[in-house]
Amino acid sequence: MSTENEWPLWEVFVRTKAGLDHKHCGSLHAADPKMALQMARDVYTRRQEGSSVWVVRSDQIVASDPSDKDMLFDPAEDKVYRHPTFYKLPDSVDHM
Amino acid sequence: MISSIKIPAAPELSYLLRLADTCLISGQRLGEWCGHGPILEEDIALSNMALDLIGQSRALLTLAGQRSGESFDEDQLAFLRDEIDYRNPTLAELPRGDFAFTILRNLVLSTWLKLMWERLRDSSDAELAAIAGKALKEARYHQQHAADWAVRLGDGTDESHRRCEAALAQVWLYIPELFEDDAVDAAATAAGLGPAWSQLQEPWLAEIGEVLGEAKLAVPPAPTFRSSGKRGLHSEHMGYLLAEMQYLQRAYPGGAW
Amino acid sequence: MYTQAMDTLREEGGDKPALRTAEEAQLQQRFDNRIDAGEFIEAKDWMPENYRKTLLRQISQHAHSEIVGMLPEGNWITRAPTLKRKAILLAKVQDEGGHGLYLYAAAETLGTSRDQMLDALHSGKAKYSSIFNYPTLTWADVGAIGWLVDGAAIMNQVPICRCSFAPYARAMVRICREESFHQRQGYDSLLVMMKEGTEAQRAMVQEAVNRWWWPCLMMFGPPDDQSPNSVQGMRWGIKRVSNDTLRQKFVDAAMQQAEVLGVTFPDPDLRWNEATGHWDYGAIDWSEFWRVVGGEGPCNRERLAARVRAWEEGEWVREAALAHARKFDLKEAA
Ligand SMILES: [Fe+2]
Ligand SMILES: [Fe+2]
Repeated sequence: MSTENEWPLWEVFVRTKAGLDHKHCGSLHAADPKMALQMARDVYTRRQEGSSVWVVRSDQIVASDPSDKDMLFDPAEDKVYRHPTFYKLPDSVDHM
Repeated sequence: MISSIKIPAAPELSYLLRLADTCLISGQRLGEWCGHGPILEEDIALSNMALDLIGQSRALLTLAGQRSGESFDEDQLAFLRDEIDYRNPTLAELPRGDFAFTILRNLVLSTWLKLMWERLRDSSDAELAAIAGKALKEARYHQQHAADWAVRLGDGTDESHRRCEAALAQVWLYIPELFEDDAVDAAATAAGLGPAWSQLQEPWLAEIGEVLGEAKLAVPPAPTFRSSGKRGLHSEHMGYLLAEMQYLQRAYPGGAW
Repeated sequence: MYTQAMDTLREEGGDKPALRTAEEAQLQQRFDNRIDAGEFIEAKDWMPENYRKTLLRQISQHAHSEIVGMLPEGNWITRAPTLKRKAILLAKVQDEGGHGLYLYAAAETLGTSRDQMLDALHSGKAKYSSIFNYPTLTWADVGAIGWLVDGAAIMNQVPICRCSFAPYARAMVRICREESFHQRQGYDSLLVMMKEGTEAQRAMVQEAVNRWWWPCLMMFGPPDDQSPNSVQGMRWGIKRVSNDTLRQKFVDAAMQQAEVLGVTFPDPDLRWNEATGHWDYGAIDWSEFWRVVGGEGPCNRERLAARVRAWEEGEWVREAALAHARKFDLKEAA
């Protein structure tokens, strides 16, 4: 069966309350951007989960290749100096 | 079988019931789509709107019950009236039809309701004003949803355009009823309860005209036919709708749900 | 809802790895290690073909079950007895549509479009949970479905929240969060009728419970000794607890809830077993189960026909929206 007449897939990102990040919460099919936004609201915020919604065409997302995982992410492993807990300060100033 | 409740003939009560029943009966029709929509996402969207309308009707019927002097609750009013005591304009009760009909009816009614809610925020009845404030947000979304769809379908394929034209021609027959005043409107305006329905006509036509223009749909000629649901004289469809809706309340007298 | 149907299919080709190259063998080894370490597999990670196929089948069947499952209860939306119950039921059935949507999306990450999955449903190739081939004859069926069918579904579904395939697990977390409202509203509706209702209502509740009890026990699938796929499914974490264990857990919970409600189940062999600490129950009529799975249940044809009708009647709508979007894209590009 042909799927060229299928509505495109969109990824939905919802900000649950002001101040938080938009978080990926799922996907849906919609014919156009306006519809994608409305449907994201109807599908993914039925229980007051949202205060802001982003939608983006799934085919527009550029993702890292899982087979590159070692190359991309393992090098961060030995850079412990990027984490605040790396630095042991005197107790008197340790709430820095 | 439980016998029907009798509704006092007070114009202000009729004014509230006309509005409440518009929401109730539209919600009932829209709920019929649940599980049968053209695509899953839209199925969910239509159910959301049905839920909003049912919620609005509950608030309004509760208020109408309090104002009736008879302490009827929302369910007595929703399920135990005779057909002639339902006061929705006929348009709301017509069968759900195809998706084009549903969209165009939603466009017409949600625009009408939005304009109504905007004005009811200033009602002399503080509770009605509060209901309007909440319902307005919902109606704005319904209008947006219907308008977007009307444009997609009106300016989509030949088939969708043709279906929209047919649906619009049918919907248009029932439009005059939405804007004609009678004693109920006179009483409501005198009491500051809400606007006469005729006051909505001009802004309604402007907003609808804009959407239809974008949807490449011509405004149909004004009909000579006059529907009369808001005075209790409905279409043949209403009896079936009520038979279904009222079935359990009527069949299990004294039941608890 | 419901993962039952998966167990009813014979294994396709088993787990015999038809590996051709050393590289594939290495990938398979790495995959197995990750599974055994309890790691999640994401859609773009390498996975054995059999894993992909099994998951696709299970998730799509699960999705089909959610949307076919909208129909029996959906029957009663226009007839709900109060506005509160109407709103609750509409929201509940709508949720099931949402569940179908989340699950189709999870299955799509495996490389099959939703249209292809729907095509398999509409042509009768794909299965869905056979519980939905039973009719809803009275209003009490709505309560009984919420209490027993959603209750059984929850027991089936909760373990899958920890399934090895991450998109499925994420969808299940979302679904399980919404399900508990479903069971509670059903039970609450029955409770009101039993405690505050009339004699006629109580009879209606008992009659509905009588009809739904056995089909609900069947929802957990065939007994463990007749259930294919289980070992593999357990290893992959798409099945974490055996059919019989879940069924027993369900019976034990339901017995207690039935007592509070004041209804009985239509099984003369139900009795407390002091030794095991569980309720013993009578023999399930598996011939009925296979008959319904095989297409001869009371509503198989109606359910499928309703789905096909909705899809076909919606075709012009979907086409028009796409045509409009393309016109708009052209205008943008111009
Ligand atoms: Fe569900
Ligand atoms: Fe459910």
